[in-house]
Amino acid sequence: MIERVRGWLEDRLGLSKLVELGSHKTVPVHRFSVFYYLGGMTLFFFLIQVCTGVLLMLYYRPSANEAFESVEFIMTVVPFGWLIRSLHSWSANLMVFFAFLHMVSVFFMKAYRPPRELTWISGVLLLFLIMGFGFSGYLLPWNQLAFFATKVGTDISGVMPFVGHWMVRFLRGGDRVSGGTLSRFYGWHVALLPAITTVVLVVHLALVQLKGMSVPAAGEEESSRRKPMKFFPHFALRDLSGWIFALGVLAALAALFPWELGEKADLFAPAYENIRPEWYFVFMFQTLKLVPGGEIFGIEYEAIPILLFSAAGLLLILIPFLDRGAALRGRSPGWSIGGVAALLFALGMTCWGYASLLPLYVVLISTLLLSLLAFITRGRKSEDR
Amino acid sequence: MDALAPLPRRRFLNWFLGTTLGALAASIVYPIVRFASPPRIPEATTNQVEAGDVSDPLLREKGFKIVRFGAEPVILFKMSDTEYRAFSATCTHLDCIVGYQKERSRIFCNCHGGVYDLNGRNVAGPPPRPLTAYKVNLVAKGSEPAKIVVSKA
Repeated sequence: MIERVRGWLEDRLGLSKLVELGSHKTVPVHRFSVFYYLGGMTLFFFLIQVCTGVLLMLYYRPSANEAFESVEFIMTVVPFGWLIRSLHSWSANLMVFFAFLHMVSVFFMKAYRPPRELTWISGVLLLFLIMGFGFSGYLLPWNQLAFFATKVGTDISGVMPFVGHWMVRFLRGGDRVSGGTLSRFYGWHVALLPAITTVVLVVHLALVQLKGMSVPAAGEEESSRRKPMKFFPHFALRDLSGWIFALGVLAALAALFPWELGEKADLFAPAYENIRPEWYFVFMFQTLKLVPGGEIFGIEYEAIPILLFSAAGLLLILIPFLDRGAALRGRSPGWSIGGVAALLFALGMTCWGYASLLPLYVVLISTLLLSLLAFITRGRKSEDR
Repeated sequence: MDALAPLPRRRFLNWFLGTTLGALAASIVYPIVRFASPPRIPEATTNQVEAGDVSDPLLREKGFKIVRFGAEPVILFKMSDTEYRAFSATCTHLDCIVGYQKERSRIFCNCHGGVYDLNGRNVAGPPPRPLTAYKVNLVAKGSEPAKIVVSKA
């Protein structure tokens, strides 16, 4: 019976060709192989976001009068509602974290070298999309934190030359942050961004399949000496084990540290002490706090870092075309040093923004864990070809 | 099977992994099913409502009105100056809200053409059951128009 169903499907879909294709897929093995798992980990958290997000939509109401109450209802009345919302918030943060980690590792391995420029560009776009998800999703509970974060965040776009004023009104759905802003952000968060993300993600994954994994210059010798790993089942097994582990950590975080809801947004209350955006925006936020008021050549001082950050975003996208050394020789120490400097700047600003060394510890511990994983998974001599 | 027969390692592992994965799946599916099932919100029970007074222009012109009985719609119509009747306004066919047709002296559901007589009996069309009847009392107080009170029968 099963054979007949399989035969019927085979005649119509030709799945055996796909299976055949998958059985040939291999992953190079060298001491940096552990970084190949970071993209999959980001994908895992994205899938969690889709599932929990769809569930939250069953009860969430996107209006200024009902949003906060509906999230409160989810957290207190709906069975397991607190768990689903906490999973969504925690997984969102972990997704951003792993997307960053993935990008940083790809950057230092120079995996954006030809012919993988488009993979890099689609990846950076995905990171921006993820940040867009973070920014739009932040407003949805309609609490004090969300309200002020959105006020500041949308106000920032006002410094863009020529289109700034229009941008602010477009983002806010009017002159100020109101229920109209909530409707827009909701639409973007659950419809527009997911639609764009799905397309870019499919392109990104297809390109990875098409071009295979990039081997960094420092791993080439080792990778040519050692037998590559079959994707099915060896790499997939490691991927899945990682996902199960991640699911456990995520569930523990959500259960032990449920996400707070805070107080309902009050459009006429002063911002409270130590108000801060999500951690991944803190380095920009702190930089903005340092810039004094004033203007030069008709440009306000505060516009300068904002324009510089925008330029940095553009630079990030264009790296594969600018880094000629990597394209020609596979090495470009100048760019690596620049990357380290940028990371140190972001890390330093984040620590300053929190007035705490916790961000530094998180980075150190992650580096340590990744090195440990790389060491454990380094394989044995006997596996050489 | 002989109780002392050796348990092959593969069988042991298959059982072990199978039950583990089963437990994992259950611990994911159960919260999702519970979450997706809407929680029961207790509604205040309503036993009677005041539905305005007899001078209501709606009753004079159209001969009926829909009264909120808690969360339930109830149809109230005028038989004569001293007699009013009330029935559940929810059609027994597919949950639409029925209306009163004065000139044809019947209760009619526009959705699928269900017809009830003025006693709430389903007389034509698809409705399977009669409409539940409610009690109507007129409470007169001095010279003011009498109040209409609808209550559970």
